[in-house]
Amino acid sequence: MLQFDFDIILKTLPYLLREGMVFTLTLTALAAFGGLVLGTLLALMRLSTIPGLALFATGYVNLMRSLPLVLVIFWFYFLVPYIGQAILRTERPVEVGAFASALITFTLFEAAYFSEIMRAGIQSVPKGQLSAGYALGLTYRQVMSYVVVPQALRNMLPVILTQTIVLFQDTSLVYVISITDFLGAASKVAQRDGRLIEMYLFAALVYFLISFLASLLVKRLQARTAIIR
Amino acid sequence: MSNAAGPMIEMAAVSKWYSPQFQVLKDCTTSVAKGEVVVVCGPSGSGKSTLIKCVNALEPFQAGTIRVDGINLSDPGTDLPKLRARIGMVFQHFELFPHLRITENLCLAQEKVLGRSRDEAMAKGKALLDRVGLSEHAGKFPGQLSGGQQQRVAIARALAMDPIAMLFDEPTSALDPEMITEVLDVMVELAREGMTMMVVTHEMGFARKVAHRVIFMDRGEIIEDRNKEEFFGSPRSDRAQLFLSKILAH
Repeated sequence: MLQFDFDIILKTLPYLLREGMVFTLTLTALAAFGGLVLGTLLALMRLSTIPGLALFATGYVNLMRSLPLVLVIFWFYFLVPYIGQAILRTERPVEVGAFASALITFTLFEAAYFSEIMRAGIQSVPKGQLSAGYALGLTYRQVMSYVVVPQALRNMLPVILTQTIVLFQDTSLVYVISITDFLGAASKVAQRDGRLIEMYLFAALVYFLISFLASLLVKRLQARTAIIR
Repeated sequence: MSNAAGPMIEMAAVSKWYSPQFQVLKDCTTSVAKGEVVVVCGPSGSGKSTLIKCVNALEPFQAGTIRVDGINLSDPGTDLPKLRARIGMVFQHFELFPHLRITENLCLAQEKVLGRSRDEAMAKGKALLDRVGLSEHAGKFPGQLSGGQQQRVAIARALAMDPIAMLFDEPTSALDPEMITEVLDVMVELAREGMTMMVVTHEMGFARKVAHRVIFMDRGEIIEDRNKEEFFGSPRSDRAQLFLSKILAH
């Protein structure tokens, strides 16, 4: 008969939250923000009439979306120091650190997904809105920043947040470069105390609750932020 | 260069093709003098909306020249955003920015394009909103207004830029019948104040009341370009006659 000890969760909770969850949430928030900014730029590049820009953005997005995230995390972890060395012309590979490496990876990876969302969002803004902006004397850049992108963001907010929830779950993959995120922290305790079932069960419950509650919130937000047309 | 004496809008042999087989505008030549109100009418698909959109270069054209206040649109040195800022445009579907409040709709281009301060832009916007009779709606979003109200805001938004001319692209076509008058009233007032206007519309009542000239288009060509009295009076082309008999039948 298996003996369960759920006290272990209570005892290690401060560690799980402070070490693990803080990291998970920080990485999620920063990568989502960075990914959205970069993704929007990529979307604009992809929709641009300058062929070189469009080609680059399309290539980038397709490449990122065709690679497994774990592989990208690995590659960046090992490559970024050398890329830094090449750019900065230092003698040794630049020390980037696991957190920075993970942040760069997730930002670049998520940007590909966010760019597809933003592309759809930008295309969802009626052409007449652009005409109205131009007719008022706004430049391309101004039309994009004040008229199109704000509407695209609002139209796509539910999808953006849903993608962020996926990102929140995906951050657990940082275990491959030995970073202690929430799952990593739970895993450490599990291994140390031989409480695999309790800890993984608890971790699953936490991920489920956060993701589920967040998606409920997204649904409610969706009703509130919809642009009145 | 600005020329006070010449026409405000001058089109010479403007042609536009969507594809080599499909020509939307054929050698369109006309002009609009300062203070003149010109109504452009014709059956749907005749190119009248396309023509008016060429005036502020929202639609590119392949041949001919258009000058606005003496400035050639096709000249590579022409700063199009700057020129467009001086020409007001009102669209069939209003095209207010739905994510911005009415006041923001009125202020955005004033601040970003003309560099006016917030207070200045706000004062101007509020005054114009008052003029079109919508002061109490300043804090609302466009979607909370009726079509007629939105179109009046759109006119105010264009006027806020102190335009030298106004272009109207079927401003009442998307409106419910009971809202057409409130928009036309604003336009009539504007015409009487001496605003240079080019108006694509089927509202012949408006044309009769304030237009100086009427342009009739069909299949991308300007068929008639005459004084109002002549146009509504006796001799005219068969096509224009047929068109008028259709829209004036009821």
